Amino acid sequence: MSEKKLELLSDLQIDALTELVNIGVSQAASSLREMVHSQVHLSVPSVQLVNRARAVEILAQREVKNLIAVHQVFEGDITGRALLIFPETKSLELVRAITGGDLPLEDIIELEQEALAETGNILLNSCLATIANMLHRSLRMSLPEVLRGDATTFFNLAPPPQAGDVVLFLYINFAIRERDISGYIAMIMDLPSLTALTHLLDEFIARTAGELAP
Amino acid sequence: MTYKLLIVDDSKLARMAAAKAMRALYPDWDRVEASNADEALALAKDGAFDVALVDFNMPGRDGLQLAADLKSSNPSMHLALVSANHQAEIIARTKAIGAAFLAKPLSEQSLGEFLKEAVRQLDSAKS
Repeated sequence: MSEKKLELLSDLQIDALTELVNIGVSQAASSLREMVHSQVHLSVPSVQLVNRARAVEILAQREVKNLIAVHQVFEGDITGRALLIFPETKSLELVRAITGGDLPLEDIIELEQEALAETGNILLNSCLATIANMLHRSLRMSLPEVLRGDATTFFNLAPPPQAGDVVLFLYINFAIRERDISGYIAMIMDLPSLTALTHLLDEFIARTAGELAP
Repeated sequence: MTYKLLIVDDSKLARMAAAKAMRALYPDWDRVEASNADEALALAKDGAFDVALVDFNMPGRDGLQLAADLKSSNPSMHLALVSANHQAEIIARTKAIGAAFLAKPLSEQSLGEFLKEAVRQLDSAKS
């Protein structure tokens, strides 16, 4: 494994970041559950500092080639992108789950793009807004964009990162077992944000735990 | 009357947050922390806890499975599942075990309300 240790962050900062993502994604899963009327199962989040190539590799190992991603950029004290990723083959099934299943196939196909963008928007906003609230900061979020491709496409999106190669890569699996749909919520943060992030995490830790981080 | 509380969460920060709330609410209670289900069960075997706060999303066995195990080994234990994952299925399973559901991030107020009721029942069971 070529993962670098997250040496720029302390153990407690990593713990705090993981917990933030966990709470954010749990909120998002609760929103998704209301949309699909079936339970959404989540994995424990993974937080890693990796280069883009490794992030692509991690995603490629776990998923088939043809993927769909709903993508949103967030900007503020921290900057990055959040993606909801799942196999393209499950896209119509997800739209069917959200629309309630009574629509004929042609309507589902027609609705696909819009329904995916809206679903991604609700999920990613729910997740990012929860995180922003806990950090006491506001984040601006771009409109959702539906992308098709593979991990390489998603991680090398324009505009090119100013920050160079290393990114903070967070991901969590979700599954709607009754519908046989599974995918990921992933977040990529560029490194200039990392300095800002460590300050935000320290403040968050101090507020949450009632003591200053060592 | 002071009681013994078990805090189970894989996140150290979340355990620190619960401990902070406890320092404000019931500073003289015994607090014991565990970072996963196995550790929690081992601790529960060694000493009976009156109250437990259990995180839902943990590596290994999740909080609902742990809560059920704790409850079956000690039916009089007061349990709360702590999670931001407020899906209907999870809340229903929490209630079915006989545990309370507390939203994450954990607030001193919601923890206080849960503990107040637990204390009321524990006190009346002892008298």
